[in-house]
Amino acid sequence: MTSPEPSAPVPPLSGDTSAVVGWTAALRVMNVTKRFHTGREIVTAVDDVSFDVREGEFLSVIGPSGCGKSTLFKIIGGLLGGFSGEVRVGGRSIQGPHRDIGMVFQEESTFPWRSVLDNVAFPLEASGMGRAERLDRAAHFVSLVGLKGFERRFPSELSGGMRQRVAIARTLAFNPKILLMDEPFAALDEQTRYLLGDKVLQIQQATKQTTLLITHNIGEAVQLSDRVLVMTYRPGRIKAVVEVDLPRPRSDDVITSDAFARHVAGLWRNLKEEASRGLAESEALVSGGAG
Amino acid sequence: MSDAATLSGRVRSRRPRFSPAPLLGVATVLGLLAALEALIRTGLVSPFVVPPPSTVLLAGIDLLWHGNGLEALLATAFELLSAAVLVGLIGLSVGTLLYRVTALRRTYEGWVAALAATPLVLVYPFFLVMFGRSAATIVAVGVVAGLPPMVLRTIEGFAGVRPVLVDVGRALNLRPVRVFWSIEFPAALPVIFSGFRLGLGFALINIVGMEFLINYGGLGQLINEHAELYDLPETYACIALVVVVSAVFVAASEHLERRLRG
Repeated sequence: MTSPEPSAPVPPLSGDTSAVVGWTAALRVMNVTKRFHTGREIVTAVDDVSFDVREGEFLSVIGPSGCGKSTLFKIIGGLLGGFSGEVRVGGRSIQGPHRDIGMVFQEESTFPWRSVLDNVAFPLEASGMGRAERLDRAAHFVSLVGLKGFERRFPSELSGGMRQRVAIARTLAFNPKILLMDEPFAALDEQTRYLLGDKVLQIQQATKQTTLLITHNIGEAVQLSDRVLVMTYRPGRIKAVVEVDLPRPRSDDVITSDAFARHVAGLWRNLKEEASRGLAESEALVSGGAG
Repeated sequence: MSDAATLSGRVRSRRPRFSPAPLLGVATVLGLLAALEALIRTGLVSPFVVPPPSTVLLAGIDLLWHGNGLEALLATAFELLSAAVLVGLIGLSVGTLLYRVTALRRTYEGWVAALAATPLVLVYPFFLVMFGRSAATIVAVGVVAGLPPMVLRTIEGFAGVRPVLVDVGRALNLRPVRVFWSIEFPAALPVIFSGFRLGLGFALINIVGMEFLINYGGLGQLINEHAELYDLPETYACIALVVVVSAVFVAASEHLERRLRG
């Protein structure tokens, strides 16, 4: 495992290291491997991946397309089984979707038949919370993501960025211990990305929400994270762990700083080889198919 | 501009509070009827081929107030309501089952599609033997005719639900039955209801056809009687009442869809 400057290695995962280094792991991913049988061959999507997410930490997992990031997201969220290894939340092994993990998806996931407020109130309604209480709580989270005044609107009346904020508010509303996000800004334009990223950053800093972000966007990872895990191209392994030592609390001004540029350059050096390998394999596949 | 709008884009569009479409539709029908009236009054179209709409209107009012038009209309409406309930319940159940069980779907979906293109009214002798010359026979033929589009569109509706919406429910650790009723069902409803409305149309055609064929019950029987006597205004008035029944049921189904979607 290599680690570029500026960086610091994570402690090894053998035994309970968290007490030794003085922090508590909210989430532990231990030796997770996932293979897919595609008929003719077995593809290893994720290979022996291990890492911890500390309580209150914002951790990003970054890697080229096809490195198994989304597979990892689904495994941690409990939506994908049939893997070896273990995922632990609060010290306990989990086998499926878990109440302590809230997921925000890459695709548009708001319910088009529900208003903004009813979308955000959905998990509370599902948990049996009374109408008045859940609407009150939902209104708080709608306001938190900056959509106050849009409570009665329907998703079809909102922009993509606003809809994604509804999805984030819906996930935050049921108070998960860990917020798990899979490229939540992938479908948005660059400017909206930065602004929405800043919004997420402000919320995370205010709530100290433990957050795991899956992304392929280097700037986004640096802007938001305390640490960034770099994954290799297929099979997905942890290549490097990069500490982002930009000061907190951060604002969107951070993206214009020299330190931000240094981190982006460092991460790109790590990613370049993997991204090139992914591109070369894709081109080989296309030319092979054409031939 | 609000913080939200500033932050990530403008609000696309407000939902229209008033749509002129229904009024335009009514105006078009009235305009066409007025044109037809003018063509007949000026002698360009013979009143023995098509009676003037004003005469049809008066005949319709007379049928409803003094004749057995209201009774016939209610009989047809009741038969259609019975068929609609059965088409809805059976069609939703069968469609859901075929969607859920892939083996069943692969085996039977093609057959259901073939049935949708078959004039099922021709199986009426079977139902006559089963239920006799009664409303039950008429309803049964209506149900058989209305089911195929309802079943097919139910399958299509569920198949079209975006997987990420189901993942939202799964991520919340909801039980499958809760995911079905809270997410998959409302997400599939627009397509299911388009199938239901198609089924309603098929059912009404077959119900009125059966009433005509076995000379029993509602508006179909009345059309039969007046057509036999060449009472053209009354015949057309009964046909117009069939259109009214259809329009009322379609409007009611749209209202039900909105209620179910919440």
